[in-house]
Amino acid sequence: MADVVLKKVTKRFGNVEIIHAVDLDIEDGEFVVFVGPSGCGKSTLLRLVAGLEDITDGDLFIGGRRVNAFSPKERGISMVFQSYALYPHMTVYENMAFGLELAKSSKAEIKDAVLKAADILELTPLLDRLPKQLSGGQRQRVAIGRAIVREPKVFLFDEPLSNLDAALRVQMRIEIAKLHKDMGVTMIYVTHDQVEAMTLADKIVVLNAGNVEQVGHPLQLYHNPQNLFVAGFIGSPRMNFIETAVDSASGDTVTMGLPGGGRAVAKVDGSRVRPGQKVTLGIRPEHIVLEPSESQVSGRIDVIEQLGEAYLLHVRLADGSLVTAKIAGDAPQHEGDTVTLGFDGALCHVFDEREQALPRIIETAAA
Amino acid sequence: MRTSVLARTGFWLLIVAIVIFAIFPFYYAVISSLRSGQALFSAAVWPDSVSIANYVSVFTGQPFGRNILNSVIVAVSVVALSLFLGVTAAYALGRVSFRGRGLLLFTILSVSMFPQVAVLSGMFELVRAFGIYNSLWSLILSNMILTLPFTVWVLTTFMRELPKELEEAAFVDGASPWTVVRRIFLPLMWPAMVTTGLLAFIVAWNEFLFALTFTLSTEQRTVPVAIALLTGATQFELPWGNIMAASVTVTVPVVVLVLIFQRRIVSGLTAGAVKG
Repeated sequence: MADVVLKKVTKRFGNVEIIHAVDLDIEDGEFVVFVGPSGCGKSTLLRLVAGLEDITDGDLFIGGRRVNAFSPKERGISMVFQSYALYPHMTVYENMAFGLELAKSSKAEIKDAVLKAADILELTPLLDRLPKQLSGGQRQRVAIGRAIVREPKVFLFDEPLSNLDAALRVQMRIEIAKLHKDMGVTMIYVTHDQVEAMTLADKIVVLNAGNVEQVGHPLQLYHNPQNLFVAGFIGSPRMNFIETAVDSASGDTVTMGLPGGGRAVAKVDGSRVRPGQKVTLGIRPEHIVLEPSESQVSGRIDVIEQLGEAYLLHVRLADGSLVTAKIAGDAPQHEGDTVTLGFDGALCHVFDEREQALPRIIETAAA
Repeated sequence: MRTSVLARTGFWLLIVAIVIFAIFPFYYAVISSLRSGQALFSAAVWPDSVSIANYVSVFTGQPFGRNILNSVIVAVSVVALSLFLGVTAAYALGRVSFRGRGLLLFTILSVSMFPQVAVLSGMFELVRAFGIYNSLWSLILSNMILTLPFTVWVLTTFMRELPKELEEAAFVDGASPWTVVRRIFLPLMWPAMVTTGLLAFIVAWNEFLFALTFTLSTEQRTVPVAIALLTGATQFELPWGNIMAASVTVTVPVVVLVLIFQRRIVSGLTAGAVKG
């Protein structure tokens, strides 16, 4: 078990810089999830930690040792790949034993370790099968088994569940969470799935275009996104953004006019902004109610999406922008109706012209 | 219904024609080899008399057994060396990215387009410089110029098709590049190895020009040269019976090999192209 520390880790392919001087502390036993849109460098960052790509600049420490020049094995990591990457010509047993065999463990040790891992992952009846005779979920378990038999210091997952169907994904997610609790080992997990990130992580690292946008506990990211990108990325459906300007600002309130005569009174620290300054108001769909309120805006319903437990109203405002509201129950409205959307000023987010969030006054009160 | 019967008849006629076209020369060689004396010059398609006298005289008239052994040694060595070099080169060309990789690949391919005659004199100098003239080593070396380009090319293509994650998973498991090739890639590349190995074997087995040029003594000759240089009782007699018997003798092992590996070859030939 070990902590992982990245200091100004940079990766260039030729002249193209993919990862820009990333600093990151991962504590021993922590479950860290890298999220971000496709191409943001999250997989590359994981491969840098794994040792499958060379670090161009900066230092990587695992368990206090600088491991830049170490092979994956010397780093004491193991990795689960998106495509499982099981050796097709080896049985499940041989697949899991391969790493130990290369490490020159004794036959008895290998057998003990493999049988133990197989027991944890319920693979015991399948040990003699070839990967092609297994279902997707079973293959995934073998891939995890292959990773745990070597008792790594750090466990790396590269989008491990993205090839599974929805039901299996939920099941495997729970198993991975359980595995982390039982093994207590440091885990780094790459995904583009928000639910996986929110449910599994002790700490989420949001990446965008090779930069770390924000690091924090899932709920911290949800309630206090530092900037527009994180606010838009965490949460589904994504946060509504309305471009507007400051009417008046004080140390605990910012008032903004909204399209079509609405207005918002956000409980944020407005000491950094002045009246007339352009800002972006952010409000999550699940925080919108269909009642008039101090903060409200009106618009015409464009589309209604029924989800069963809730429905989504996509409302077109006077300036043409779209706001989504998530309301519990079945929709009584019709498309084309005009509605008034109200929201609590304490749940508003305000971002300045540099897309940085103004500090909220009521910190995570809703948590 | 009528058209379907017609179409089917036509289809089978076509197949019969193709089979006759492909098989007849070999069939004629077989029955000629079983004839002796004047019967050799009868144009009959059916064997009228059967005698193995030609086979006996091929092996007694010259060291033909030795020639076959030579061919086997050369062909097997060429296959073994080509596959070893081919797989290791394929790993480098297919997996390691370095400057000039594409250029190198195309150079390898273009080498295989040189007519054999064009490299003959240069090869002769090389053979003499190494001091291996009139030995089997000269044939092993020179035949590899024919087999290596396609071996490397096919195996490189095949290796590129193998998922990169497999290699990375093995690295994470602590494997060295050589272990990856030996334990992961070799078992997966078996069909491609069999195919290319067999093609290399056939090339080396049938190779004539180098074998004729680089060997002098009867004991060092390989089969194709030995057959071409078979002499009859007099200078003016071509011993057709013996030539046919010798040809049949050396063709049979190749046919048997192909039949044994038939299924592997088919899967190997397509496996390189489409993900296998």
